[in-house]
Amino acid sequence: MEGVYAVCVGLLTACGIFLLLRRRTYTVVLGITLLSYAVNLFLFASGGLKLNAAAILGGNGDFADPLTQALVLTAIVIGFAMTAFIMVLAMVARAEMGNDHVDGTDVDHERTPEKEAQ
Amino acid sequence: MSSSALLWIVVLPLLGTLVPLVAQRWGKTACAVATAILPATALLLVLQFHADVVAQTPLTASWHWIPSLGLNLSFHLDGLGFLFALLILGIGLLVILYARYYLSDEDPMGRFYAYLILFMTAMLGVVLSNNLIQLWMFWELTSVSSFLLISFWSHRSDARRGARMALAITGAGGLALLAGLLLIGQVVGSFDLQTVLASGALVRAHDAYPVILGLILLGAFTKSAQFPFHFWLPHAMAAPTPVSAYLHSATMVKAGIFLLARFFPVLAGTEMWFLVVGLTGLATLLLGAYTALFKHDLKGLLAYSTISHLGLITLLLGMHSELAAVAAVFHIINHAVFKASLFMAAGIIDHESGTRDMRKLNGLWNYMPHTATLAMVASASMAGIPLFNGFLSKEMFFAETLHPGALGSLSWMIPVFATVGAALSVAYSVRFIHDVFFNGEPIDLPKTPHEPPRYMKVPVEILVALCILVGIFPEFMVGELLAAASQSVIRTELPEYGLSIWHGFNLPLMMSLAAVIGGAFIYYHRGTLFQLQAQFPERDMKAEFEKGVVALLGVAHRIMAWIDNGSLQRYSLLLVLAAIVMLAAPLTGLVRALGDKSLMPVDPFAAIAGFLLCVSALATVVLHRQRLVALLMLSVAGLIVSMAFSYFSAPDLALTQLTVEVVTIVLLLLALFFLPQSTPKETDPRRIARDLGLAAIAGGIIGTLSYALMTRSLDSIADYFVANSKTGGGGTNVVNVILVDFRGFDTLGEITVLGIAALGIFGLISRMPLYLPARDAFGNRWSNDVHPMMLGMVSRWLLPMALLVSVFIFLRGHNQPGGGFIAGLITAIAILQQYIANGVEWVRGRLRIHYAAMIGTGLGIALFSGVGSWFFGRPFLTTWFDYFSWPVVGKFELASAMVFDLGVYLTVIGATLMILANLGELSTRHRPDSRGES
Repeated sequence: MEGVYAVCVGLLTACGIFLLLRRRTYTVVLGITLLSYAVNLFLFASGGLKLNAAAILGGNGDFADPLTQALVLTAIVIGFAMTAFIMVLAMVARAEMGNDHVDGTDVDHERTPEKEAQ
Repeated sequence: MSSSALLWIVVLPLLGTLVPLVAQRWGKTACAVATAILPATALLLVLQFHADVVAQTPLTASWHWIPSLGLNLSFHLDGLGFLFALLILGIGLLVILYARYYLSDEDPMGRFYAYLILFMTAMLGVVLSNNLIQLWMFWELTSVSSFLLISFWSHRSDARRGARMALAITGAGGLALLAGLLLIGQVVGSFDLQTVLASGALVRAHDAYPVILGLILLGAFTKSAQFPFHFWLPHAMAAPTPVSAYLHSATMVKAGIFLLARFFPVLAGTEMWFLVVGLTGLATLLLGAYTALFKHDLKGLLAYSTISHLGLITLLLGMHSELAAVAAVFHIINHAVFKASLFMAAGIIDHESGTRDMRKLNGLWNYMPHTATLAMVASASMAGIPLFNGFLSKEMFFAETLHPGALGSLSWMIPVFATVGAALSVAYSVRFIHDVFFNGEPIDLPKTPHEPPRYMKVPVEILVALCILVGIFPEFMVGELLAAASQSVIRTELPEYGLSIWHGFNLPLMMSLAAVIGGAFIYYHRGTLFQLQAQFPERDMKAEFEKGVVALLGVAHRIMAWIDNGSLQRYSLLLVLAAIVMLAAPLTGLVRALGDKSLMPVDPFAAIAGFLLCVSALATVVLHRQRLVALLMLSVAGLIVSMAFSYFSAPDLALTQLTVEVVTIVLLLLALFFLPQSTPKETDPRRIARDLGLAAIAGGIIGTLSYALMTRSLDSIADYFVANSKTGGGGTNVVNVILVDFRGFDTLGEITVLGIAALGIFGLISRMPLYLPARDAFGNRWSNDVHPMMLGMVSRWLLPMALLVSVFIFLRGHNQPGGGFIAGLITAIAILQQYIANGVEWVRGRLRIHYAAMIGTGLGIALFSGVGSWFFGRPFLTTWFDYFSWPVVGKFELASAMVFDLGVYLTVIGATLMILANLGELSTRHRPDSRGES
């Protein structure tokens, strides 16, 4: 099962990073969201995977690591706040710049020779 | 006198930096007198220790600062420190007197004295520090205060540029010195100077010795203007002359020499030491003496002469014989005395005649005979004429050069070069006297020269008197001091040496004679030499230095332009690359990813869910240009993630992920309304290939890392929380207890961030210029039928139930899955649903909640519940809980953590709704119907 889990985490990371490197704000936000899934799963799994072992006292005496869970719980909520913030930032940028390129210009920085020459 | 008075030697001048700033309003003389009081007191304190120092019982005074890092405030006074402290304070006091008459009425005297005394403090700190880091700190302070002093006439471009150059060179050397000192600390295991001085053999045998030596020497050579770093010193002559007399002849440039002498027991004695230090000294000696001859500027001549004499001292220290070290210390004293007086004399000439150009200055003997006499004595000392102090140390120097050194059969070169250097020294000394005081009449001077004010000559007279007294009665004047200082440099038995004028007819005397005759010969034929020299174009070091700085800045700028090109894509790329490098490097050291833990069997349903997760993630990527579809795919992935949490025993996480997923998707849907509905096609296939490669590598690394982590048994501190959750936090849901109790402070910080983010978003939205599309991606106008009847009715029925659920989830949170975060999100979703189903107007009419106030209330409650524990004498955020019995309800528990959780609950609702409701209202109040596509 750990193997399946690791493949999922790796794939989510890869998809997230690929989208993160795109040039449109909305795509980047999608990428960050995917990446945050991967990060949360990763952090959660660093405490080890367990079945039927919720960290509620009075159960069968076997407990999943509650610390990583608490960590991830706050990470999820903060993640939402940050996603919301950059999303709104992207909207403002689009409204003010007239495009939704991450650099605020529809010109691609990497490929303008005069920019490189500076 | 207790040794703790050592601290006062440094602290008194430090306090003294403030005195002139206050005293300058009382007039120049009062200001100078007031400024002198504290350094004079410090000088008396130093002299108190004379007996101790002569008796070879050094004093140490320490105060703990950061003992765990080996950092202590620690001072140490031995012979070398005593000698330097005397020079610094003694000449410092003379310079204060001299500057009283040198500075004009326009110069801000208070500021000048303040800088000067600050420099004095720094120098005293350098020579008295008993801790390497402390020494370095004072060392840097000398660079900074020197910068302030050189640029004192900041309206002059040459002053500013000279100051910048001096700071850049000595500052860079200071950084090298820090690195060297840190390395010594590593090798020896202590930053305590005495420990280091006692571990010389250890350092010299260490592999890092060449590096340490190189770094320390960089610091010393830049400070003491040794070749090839000598060029800053002549440009520092733009400083007022009292500064040149003090810093650039007597003290600061000697700091490098001091460093060599201080670390002499640690670093000296190797072949490398001789070659680097000795040859650098020799080169500097010759180059300085030769260049000095051609300088028309009085101070320029003295500056190069200083470089040359510093080279001489360096060469002596490089020879590493006990006698050479004694000679070096002796020459430090002598040079400080005669060079300071010469600088002061040059300042007087400049002050009273208006120029320093020796081509104009001639025949001043007729105008200022008294000053001329003083200058002549000092010059004779500089030239090494018998009966003056410079002669004695020069004789010792000559005697030392005759010892066969490490150059083997070429060792004869050293005395020859030394004699040549001495001859040049005689030549420029003669020029200084003959060209200025005789040699015809002055040529169109700006002022008619005359003798300076009486007291301006007093410092020169004192120093010149010392030149003569030391020259005639060396043993009486400096015998004890020299012995004590030399002792602390070589740290073994002092060699036999005699401080007398007459040693009989010996080779050193012949060399002196040759130097004097040679010098006179060179000066007499100077015309030929000047013509020869004129063929070489003079290099403007200031311009070249600035060219170098500009080139360096250009390189830095290009690097920065590549990294920081204003493109987020570049930054993201660099971040990903850095993460890959940092993660991959340690992972390659891991032999195999699979750990020792027994693996869980693969559950087919879970495998199918995993497969779905992968498919939805891939679909998000593949379909990312169709934004709505990609968003739906993303939401599938999010749902499966929450299922995964649920499956792997994390019910709280599953609930949180599920609710956050809902609000996130609603948010992204709302945002999509304001953004293009599709993404244009990427034009560069190479970039796609590159990013795919990077993403695959990063994903592979993270997956491997995760696998390696999961399959190993790791020591976790989780057991502590499990064991103490009930007894310490009063709850059985360990995750919730961690959030509201064990790590409550983290949670408080987190909801604060949430609140700030919500307020920030509100700020952005409220000032957003609207960009509202009239049509959707397919060109259809937005529907006017916004609120379907069925949805509206069902939602209204659902609201109280959803609220009930959220209260239930909240209340049970301490013991069962749930808690403030989840309950807050459920409430927020329930209200959000009303917005979606019934419209903004409908909700606003019925629900008047001020979201910002709600965030504030929530944070206030959370903070209050934490502060509350103070009233019971407990640390911040300590939980209190107890059990109560009510009729009907039965036994139940009350915990203060629930109050905290209530704060969390309110903050989450407030923040979530503030973000989403405001975003939603934005599109409805300004319905995009008539404006058309913008």
